[in-house]
Amino acid sequence: MVDDKLIEEAVVALLRRAVTTLPADVLAALEASAVIERDPTAKRELGLMVENVKEAGSCTLPMCQDTGLPVFFVKMGFNVPGFEEAVARGVRRATEEIPMRKNVVHPLTRKNTGDNTGKRMPYIYYVYEDSDHIEMTVMPKGGGAENMSALAMLLPSQGINGVKRFVLDTVVKAGGKPCPPVILGVGIGGTSDECMAMAKKALLRRVGTRNADPDMAKLEMELLYAINHTGIGPMGLGGDTTALAVHVEYASCHTASLPVGVNFQCYAARRAMARIYRDGSIEMGGD
Amino acid sequence: MEYRLRTPVSKETAKSLHVGDIVFISGMMVTARDKAHMRMAEYFKSRKELPFKLDGSVVFHGAPIVKKSDDEWKIVAIGPTTSSRMNDLEPAVVEHGAAAIVGKGGMDPSVLKALHDCGAVYLSMTGGTAVLGARMVKKVLGLEWEDLGMAEAVWLLEVEDFGPLTVTMDSRMGDLYEDVRRRVSENIKGSRI
Repeated sequence: MVDDKLIEEAVVALLRRAVTTLPADVLAALEASAVIERDPTAKRELGLMVENVKEAGSCTLPMCQDTGLPVFFVKMGFNVPGFEEAVARGVRRATEEIPMRKNVVHPLTRKNTGDNTGKRMPYIYYVYEDSDHIEMTVMPKGGGAENMSALAMLLPSQGINGVKRFVLDTVVKAGGKPCPPVILGVGIGGTSDECMAMAKKALLRRVGTRNADPDMAKLEMELLYAINHTGIGPMGLGGDTTALAVHVEYASCHTASLPVGVNFQCYAARRAMARIYRDGSIEMGGD
Repeated sequence: MEYRLRTPVSKETAKSLHVGDIVFISGMMVTARDKAHMRMAEYFKSRKELPFKLDGSVVFHGAPIVKKSDDEWKIVAIGPTTSSRMNDLEPAVVEHGAAAIVGKGGMDPSVLKALHDCGAVYLSMTGGTAVLGARMVKKVLGLEWEDLGMAEAVWLLEVEDFGPLTVTMDSRMGDLYEDVRRRVSENIKGSRI
């Protein structure tokens, strides 16, 4: 039986895994970039990143002091009474037990809530599906990368070249601030909010995967190539490695619009996933 | 060049550092981010004495995750935050004696000028390397302005060989970030996009 207590436990486990262990695909990409990087300063930066991430994993400590905002993506196969409050309780417990930094504040008074929860926080994206399980993915989202987010409502006439230009300009403007090498989520189309949501959800894709649509896959590769030839480099100190991946998602949009959304994830691209089955069994994975 | 510095750092030492040098710091580091900078600005304005010493100090744009056990603070994780948020408030901190600023992402021309005028440097720490950071903190020597919250309070940290830190802005108007920006704008001119 799945009850709110089990959801709370799963949330604590998910957060612990996410903030201490970098998914294997991200770590592999980071290690590969450290090997091929030609700039000596950049190579040292990448080496330190890899060393830190491995050390965090081996002693189950948060790899970065910015353990981010608690953002959840949930596929609801069935309903659990008290689900949202259980997620919030899990976040509060994880904040004390791991521990995580208390990052959640009122937007204007800046008063810290003291437990990483607050009004509409944790933030939960829901999808309802007909299945025998609930799939929960957490993405602790650091402030430095999130602050570089950008949305443009381009003119339809600007087309794909306008999209590329905007993405590249956004990356150049961000420089070292989002802790490159980044993973870049790009949303194209939809409404303004849907566009940004697609950009964020794109960050959950495994590094190395391509959009199933060949045109979008081509765009991903072109953008990755262009971004890695800017010379921004790890932490903006110069070098060949500015992005580990570019993930593009798209949706149909209004005939008068061409929305483009960009969401950054730092190299510590943390995520963790759990499936909770009706019988109460939990499967952790996602990396 | 690689340097091992001990705090307090003299102006002569700070001035001898060049962009590209690697630095390790032993002694004390003072954490300060947005709110601590705002409060320092108030203190400067009203000529009030700070509860910690800035002269020859190393100011760290960082906020730790802390844990209290047996009445003693333990640093669980600590790494740099984005320094540019403190651009407007940093020149005054440098003018009041800070010899080195540690952070990530670099700072603006007003800070570069202050570093030049006062003989100080900006040192970049690899973002997110919070476990390595915590390992180099030997002890919490003090906690000031606790009312700002654990993330925003000023932590006085005893550190040993804290680094490697890269000198990215020096007292001779050298600025690695500006150099990279210039190269990037050249590179994207040649981009097919």
